[in-house]
Order: sequence, then structure tokens, then C-alpha cells
Amino acid sequence: MTEAVLEIKDVNLAFKGKRTVLDVLSNRPSRDVHALNGVSLDLRRGETLGVVGESGCGKSTLARCIVRLYEPNDGEILFQGKDVFEASERKDRSYNRRVQMMFQDPYSSLNPRMTTRQILSEALKVHDMCKEVDIPEKMSGLMDLVQLPEDALDKYPHEFSGGQRQRIGIARALAVEPEVLIADELVSALDVSVQAQIVNLLLDLQERLQLTILFVAHDLRLVRHVSNRVAVIYLGRIVEIGDSETLFANPSHPYSQALLSAAPSLDPDDKGKKIHLEGELPSPLDIPPGCPFHVRCRHKTPKCTTELPRLRPLDGRGSVACHHAEEIENV
Amino acid sequence: MTDLSLSSEIKPSRRPSRMQIALRKPGFMAGAAIIGASTVLALFPNVFAPHDPNFIDYLAVRQPPSWQHPFGTDLLGRDSLSRVIWAYSINMQMAVLATVFALTIGVIIGALVGYYRGIADMIFGRVVDAIITFPFLVLVIAVVAVLGPGLINMYIAITLVGWVYYARLMRAEVISQMTNDYASAGIVMGYSDLRIIFRHLLPNALTPIIVYWMTDMALAILLGSSLGYLGLGAQPPQAEWGVLIAEGRNFITTAWWLSLMPGIAIVLTGLGFSLIGDGLADLLRPRG
Amino acid sequence: MTLKSVHSPILQVEDLCTTFGSGIATIPAVRDVSFSVNKGEILGLVGESGSGKSVTLRSLLGLSRRYGETTGSVYWKGDNLVVRSEADMRRIRGGEIAMIFQEPMTSLNPLLTVGMQIDETLKAHTAMNASERKARAVEMLDLVGIPAARSRLGEYPHQFSGGMRQRVMIAIALAARPQLLLADEPTTALDVTIQAQILDLILSLAKDFDMGVVLVTHDLGVVAQTCDQVAVMYAGRIVEQGAVRQVLRAPQHPYTVGLMRSVPENVPPRTPLYSIPGTPPSLLSLPEGCAFSARCPQKTVLCEQSRPHLTNETGERAVACFSRVETQGDAVA
Ligand SMILES: Nc1ncnc2c1ncn2[C@@H]1O[C@H](COP(=O)(O)OP(=O)(O)OP(=O)(O)O)[C@@H](O)[C@H]1O
Ligand SMILES: Nc1ncnc2c1ncn2[C@@H]1O[C@H](COP(=O)(O)OP(=O)(O)O)[C@@H](O)[C@H]1O
Ligand code: SF4
Ligand code: SF4
Ligand SMILES: [Mg+2]
Ligand SMILES: [Mg+2]
Repeated sequence: MTEAVLEIKDVNLAFKGKRTVLDVLSNRPSRDVHALNGVSLDLRRGETLGVVGESGCGKSTLARCIVRLYEPNDGEILFQGKDVFEASERKDRSYNRRVQMMFQDPYSSLNPRMTTRQILSEALKVHDMCKEVDIPEKMSGLMDLVQLPEDALDKYPHEFSGGQRQRIGIARALAVEPEVLIADELVSALDVSVQAQIVNLLLDLQERLQLTILFVAHDLRLVRHVSNRVAVIYLGRIVEIGDSETLFANPSHPYSQALLSAAPSLDPDDKGKKIHLEGELPSPLDIPPGCPFHVRCRHKTPKCTTELPRLRPLDGRGSVACHHAEEIENV
Repeated sequence: MTDLSLSSEIKPSRRPSRMQIALRKPGFMAGAAIIGASTVLALFPNVFAPHDPNFIDYLAVRQPPSWQHPFGTDLLGRDSLSRVIWAYSINMQMAVLATVFALTIGVIIGALVGYYRGIADMIFGRVVDAIITFPFLVLVIAVVAVLGPGLINMYIAITLVGWVYYARLMRAEVISQMTNDYASAGIVMGYSDLRIIFRHLLPNALTPIIVYWMTDMALAILLGSSLGYLGLGAQPPQAEWGVLIAEGRNFITTAWWLSLMPGIAIVLTGLGFSLIGDGLADLLRPRG
Repeated sequence: MTLKSVHSPILQVEDLCTTFGSGIATIPAVRDVSFSVNKGEILGLVGESGSGKSVTLRSLLGLSRRYGETTGSVYWKGDNLVVRSEADMRRIRGGEIAMIFQEPMTSLNPLLTVGMQIDETLKAHTAMNASERKARAVEMLDLVGIPAARSRLGEYPHQFSGGMRQRVMIAIALAARPQLLLADEPTTALDVTIQAQILDLILSLAKDFDMGVVLVTHDLGVVAQTCDQVAVMYAGRIVEQGAVRQVLRAPQHPYTVGLMRSVPENVPPRTPLYSIPGTPPSLLSLPEGCAFSARCPQKTVLCEQSRPHLTNETGERAVACFSRVETQGDAVA
């Protein structure tokens, strides 16, 4: 088995809610948003790990924790065996070079007052990626890599389309020769045909540069297409993780089953087997006790309402966090 | 699989340049003309003033406007027009010197507390609350009263109070810019905090500051001449609009031109700065 | 399953054009759009961003008048809406014809309770008295699947989640029992699970109340699962139109084929996806011939010289292309 580049161990993160004086006086419990509740996963060298789940389930929070934009309350994130949140490691900016993030919104992720050239040369200079004289050559290499014409270097972000901006964002990330790329909804804001271009680019770059990618997206078809393994998140917990093809063909957790069946098929006659989830995603302000999915689960038993199921490996499948995973038929 | 048609994909920038936008704004152009002219007068009063502003002529005191003295003469027979023109130097200097230090200090402090938040931000909040509970003018007068009257002390007083307004604006703007992913991208790229603050956030947060600066310069002239009028700012015989108005105040019924002309100068430059400020809000916005 | 209503159309759009701007920089946002919608039928409008879907929808209700000029005809029960006055249109909007906008979060008034917003619509478009209106409001929230409807009438939009707000929007839109619903990407901002619920809701309302629906979306999966008819738009024009089954099974316009192939379904994992090369042309400088010619693999010399018209050779399907793609079922393997 390939080694783990990043190990995420039991990470918890709650965003502190605002407490007014009134709340304190009336002894109301603090309204913390429990965004991540004990997430553990390994990112293996050279793989693409897809992360899916409903909006608000904590996908972006996880991605932002990995690049140290947020600090977990609890748990650790190890990069090549070292805790990235330890004081000595925090000072080390090279982590931020080796693990790069690409953002969802192509309109806000580039500084509107900098040209592509300024954006790229800044990245190259700050991390001393090459000699001053080699910067122009390096930049044209990057433009080639992301398939943008060289005259794009002297343009401002507003002169580009959404797809082109995402390419510039990718070029900026690649400029510093990272080992790990965190792609948070990289293509969600784009049209299908542009999505396809960017996904192709990513797959191609991964192969050429041996990148490890965490691919966060809510488009299940896309995640299935690019990922080697997939993690399904529900209310800040991984409920199922495993090999992409197995998981998509044969989801084991009732939530994965419902999620995957809700994706509209391109075949007009393929309507039958949708599993309807009742109700909505409960608020991360107060997560139900026991299995957090039990309020919407068709298979729940009394045990589910009291006891939290742990993520455990199943034979021939990935790991699943459900008490009754063995008994539940795949629909 | 690589598609080569991408070079044609780049949108030609068909938008009008900033200059073209500016030319299409009559208000902005009028403001720019007023301030441009004021600046020229301020820099070269000797070229434009017809007489020596301090030449005393006891034979020609309080003369009404005439061809020789278009704004009349004052109680010492000095040419009012020349004095109003020479006052441009001192009043325009006020507009700049009473604001730039406040602006610089305010922008830096505002950017830092906006970026770091935390305890510094809480202390900043208290300081702001404390300062803005008093009316601006009252505070400035209090500080001048302590330091003593005079131009330099007036600048110090206005700066001591005025930076708060810039800092407050800057803090809010930086916090709102921080929600853009380019700021997060800077952190993720491993850039230093100072680089993110001053290279990335500041240029994007500066537009409202500059717009406010224009209004503030108008206010500074008003404030400076008020203090001059009260005898706390520029001191006679220096030609300064507030001082000039004060000199004429006892003769308002008999020699109305003494106070009116500097008054018009104040209103005109104030208007000029405000018009520029309005136009700049549009012009400085990043395009896209 | 393949029941198709054989009613006469309630909405008939002919040669709809909407132009923005004036002088040298006119933007032909919508050109010669024609389609019809029957009772109980759902028409899907698909295409890339900027292809004119939203403008088409807004033009039907005369909402583009303020910014641009609309020509052509929109026959609503035999009556041409394009020439009707703004006052007439106000009566029809929200009454007989309802619309749901792309941005669910911004189209509810944050200062009014949900109950008040439903009530407002009913007051404007029905003759119901207060208690009837209240009953209808509860009924509507119930219908769109908001639990404890009666108690939630007094709540404000921010107290609802994104999916619920969109359902509230639908409840408001449907309160006055419109005969036609215009829905602009009603589910784009939502998760697949909520999307499935909302689409099912729209589907069942269309069938139960015999309501016609025009559904704008850019997700072909949504079209496949919900619509009866589909019209594909490109650079302001409809390039292919027909029954959903036929169009998705055997797309004939090269653009539709490209769109279908870009969707990563039934493609071996981690292989390059098909993507239509290039980007849509700027509406300010459309080519003389076929607007798709710069990106089209089937292009011939003819395509650059003249523009293909939307032809309806088979009666079932209209395609605007000189050389239709004939390979049946190629895109959906
Ligand atoms: N008020 C307006 N003034 C000028 N041009 C406009 C206006 N509204 C829309 N347009 C232009 O009309 C064209 C069609 O826009 P429209 O909103 O219909 O696209 P759409 O197909 O709905 O795209 P999306 O999938 O992004 O919602 C675009 O080029 C757009 O820029
Ligand atoms: N900066 C923040 N402050 C407070 N709450 C936040 C913040 N960022 C995210 N959240 C909350 O944390 C939860 C998880 O969010 P996120 O990770 O963005 O979800 P997603 O899976 O859609 O990416 C949500 O309830 C969200 O509202
Ligand atoms: S543990 Fe129980 S409630 Fe949770 S998913 Fe499994 S069966 Fe459903
Ligand atoms: S008319 Fe020609 S260019 Fe246009 S879609 Fe058909 S084949 Fe392609
Ligand atoms: Mg997210
Ligand atoms: Mg739209």
C-alpha cells in the first residue's frame, strides 16, 4: 500500500457562536456550529481522494483546516509524520508551499489589482522557486502547463472568463511545486464543457507531476470520474470511505445510498430507484445524539438513537459508520 | 485533448479606459478643474496676485471692489484679492497637512487591527468609542487649548483626533476584503502577514479611504479656517480665509466684501473636493 | 409512463427577440425563440451560462422591457402579452403566470414573515377573504413539504434553511394557483437530495393542477428526470428542440451532442472527458454564419457563410444545423 502523505486524526472544529448578554443571562447554551466532529482520514501519495456531502456538512472546513486557514479545536493533522499545527511547524512556511489549495470562486480568489504576471512572480519570488532571471521562462512554462496563451500574463483577472481564472489559480498553486493539492469545489462555478476542460487539465497534471489531490465537490458524477477513493461526509463526520468505483456502484451506508440515488441520471427512463430522504440536514448547531443520521434513516433501530456508530472496515467494501451496515441491502 | 482555441477565448478589453470614464463625468471634471486651479494658485500665488498681499496703504482703506482692487481693500488698505489668493497657499496646505498624517496613521492601524483582530481590535474599539463620543471640533479645540494656538499645533490636534475615522473605515474595509478568497490564497501560499496586508488587502481596501479623504480635505479647510477665525489656527497677519473673515466680521454691513470673498473661496474648494470624491468612487473601483 | 398531454398549448411563443443596449453596442440576448407549452407539460430550457435562458424567461413576462426591447409574440391563452400594458402584466404576473428566480436567498423579502408574503400574493390575485387566505397559506406550505406549517407562517425567511426558502418561494409562486410556472434554475443552489425533493414537487404539481412549466436549468440530468420537452439554447437562439427522450437519446445538433458528451456519465473513470473546444462567441460580435461554427467538429464552408434555420423535418424535432448528427444514441451509450 502507498504511504500516507497527510494523516488527519480525529479532527474536531466548532465555530464559536456569538453569545449576547441576554443569552448568558437566560442561561441559553452557546450556539456553536459543530463543523467537524472527529474526522480521520489518510491521503495517500499520488491518489485523488474525493470528498462529497451536502452543503454545510463540513467539506470546505476540512479543506481549510488542512491548509491551516482554520485551526482545529482538537485532533491533529500530520504531514509526513509531523503535526502541522505545532508551534515549530507553524513558523515553517514551506508547508504552505508543499500543500496548496485552489478555491471555488473564480471571481474572488484572484487579487483584482494584480496581473497574472504579478500573481505568478510573487509566488515564485516569495518561495525562491528559481533565480530572478529564470522567472520569465518559468512563467511561460506555467502558462503552457495550464494551457493559457502567453499574452494572458499581462491581463487583469476581470479580463478572463471563469474557466480561465481557475486556470490562473491552478498556475499559482503549481508555481511553488506543491506535492498536495486541495481542490475545494474547483469547477462547481463553471459550465459543463469548461468543467470538463479543467478536470482534464487536473488529471493530466496529476499524472505528469505526481500530485496528490483532495477533490472536494458536490457533483457526484464528477467526483466519481476523478477519484480513486471517496469519503462521504455527513454533519462533520465521515460516514463512509472507500474505493471510488465500489462505493459508487455499491454504497453501504444508508446516507451514501440516498445521496447517490438522488443524483439525476441522464437517462429519462432511469427514474425508479430514488431513495427519498425525509426532512433536511439537521442543523450543525445541535447534532442529534447517537447516529447523527437517525432522524432521516429508514433503517434506524433503538440502538441508533443512543449509540454513535464508529467507522469500521467491512469485508470487500470500504469503511462504514453504521450499526447495521451488514444487514442493509444495497438498493 | 488540449484545445488551442483558447487564445481567442480572451475577451478583448473593450471597456473605456479610466480617462474616458472620467471625461464622461461632468461633476468630476468640474471638481478636478476647481481643485486644479486652486492648487496652481496655492503653488504660485506670486504669479497671480496683482498686488503684494501685505502692502499697507492707509490712503485706501476699506475700498469697495473696483477695477484696481477687484475684491476691494481691507481695513489696512491691503488688496483683498491678493490676500485671498495668497491664502490659497495656506488653506490648501491645511487640506493636505491636516489630513495626510491622520490618513497614514489611520490606514496602517486600521489595516493591522482589521487583519489581526483579537485583543488589539478590542482595545481599538474602546479607543474609537472614547474618541467619537465627543464632537470632532470640541476635541480639536481642547487639544489646541492644551498645546497652544498656531498652525503646527492645529495640525497635531487634527491628526490626533482624525486618524480614528480613517482607522475605523480601514478596519471595516479590510475585514470585508478578508472574506475574499484571494486573501485566503495569500495565506495558503505562505506569504508573510505584512505582504498580505500591504500588498494584497490594502490596495483593494483603499478606494473608500481615498473617497473619504477628499471629503475630509474639504472639512479640514473648513475646520482650519474656523480655528483661524477663532484665533486658534493661523495667526494674523498671515492671509488665511478664516483669519480674513474674522478681520471683516465687524464691518459686515459696511465692507461686506471683506468676509464674503474668502467665504466664497472656502465654499468653492470644499465643493471641488466633494465633486472629485464622488467621481473617484466609480473611477477607482477595480474592473470586472 | 410516456403519457403526453394532447391539450392545445396554453403558451405559444413566436419569434421572441430581446435586445439590450443601444447604438453601436446592442446585445442580441435572445433571437427568434419559438416554443409552446401545453397544460401539465414541462418544457426544459438548457444551455451554457449566458446563452439567454433567463432573459427568455423574463421576456415572457415583460420583465426585460425596462432594460431592453422585446419583439415577437407571446400568446397566453390567445392573447399577445408582448403588446400588453405594464398594468395588465402586473395582474398576470404572480396570478395566472408565476415565476421563481435563480437566487432563492435574495428574492424573499427579509422583513416580512413568510405568511405575510403568501398573503400579499393572494390579496393581489384572488378574491379570497382573510380566513380563506390564511387557510390557503397553510395548505401551500404543507404542500411544499414544510412541517408544522401553521406555526411557521409567522417566521421570517432567515429562519428557514436554503432548501426550505426555495420551497417557500415555490409556495408563494403557486399560492394563487397559476396555470403557468416559469422556474429559473430553481434547484441550482441546492443539494442533490433537496433538488430531488423540489423537482418531484414541481413534477407532481404540474400533473395534479394541470399547470404548464418552463424550467430553466443547465443540468441535463434534471431535464432527463423532469421535463417532457426540451429546448437547447446557444448564443441567444434555440438550436435543438423536441421531446426529451428523443433529444437526449439521439441528439442531432453538434452542440447538444457536445453538451451530452461533457457530462461524466458512462465514461471510464479518470480518462479525459470530452469538452467542446473554445467558448461561446461574444454576443457583440456574432459570426455571420452559424454561431457554433468556431467550435463545431461538423463545420463545412456553408456554415460560415449562412445561418441555419431551426427546421422541423420530422415534425417531432427541430434542429438548426446544416448537417445534423445522425448517429443514434451515440452520446448516451
Ligand atoms: N440587463 C441586461 N443588460 C445587458 N445585457 C444583459 C442583461 N441581462 C442579461 N444580459 C445578457 O444577455 C445574455 C443572456 O443572459 P441570461 O441571463 O439569459 O443567461 P443564462 O442563459 O440565464 O445564463 P446562466 O446560466 O448564467 O443563468 C448574456 O450575455 C447577458 O450578459
Ligand atoms: N467562518 C465560519 N464561521 C462560522 N461558521 C462557519 C464558518 N465556516 C463554515 N461555517 C459553518 O460550518 C459548517 C460547515 O461548513 P462548510 O465546511 O463550509 O460546508 P461545506 O461542506 O458546504 O463546504 C456550516 O454549518 C457552516 O455554516
Ligand atoms: S446507524 Fe442506524 S440510523 Fe445510523 S445509518 Fe445506520 S441504520 Fe441508519
Ligand atoms: S450548421 Fe454547421 S457549424 Fe453550425 S452546428 Fe451545424 S454543422 Fe456545426
Ligand atoms: Mg463548501
Ligand atoms: Mg440565468
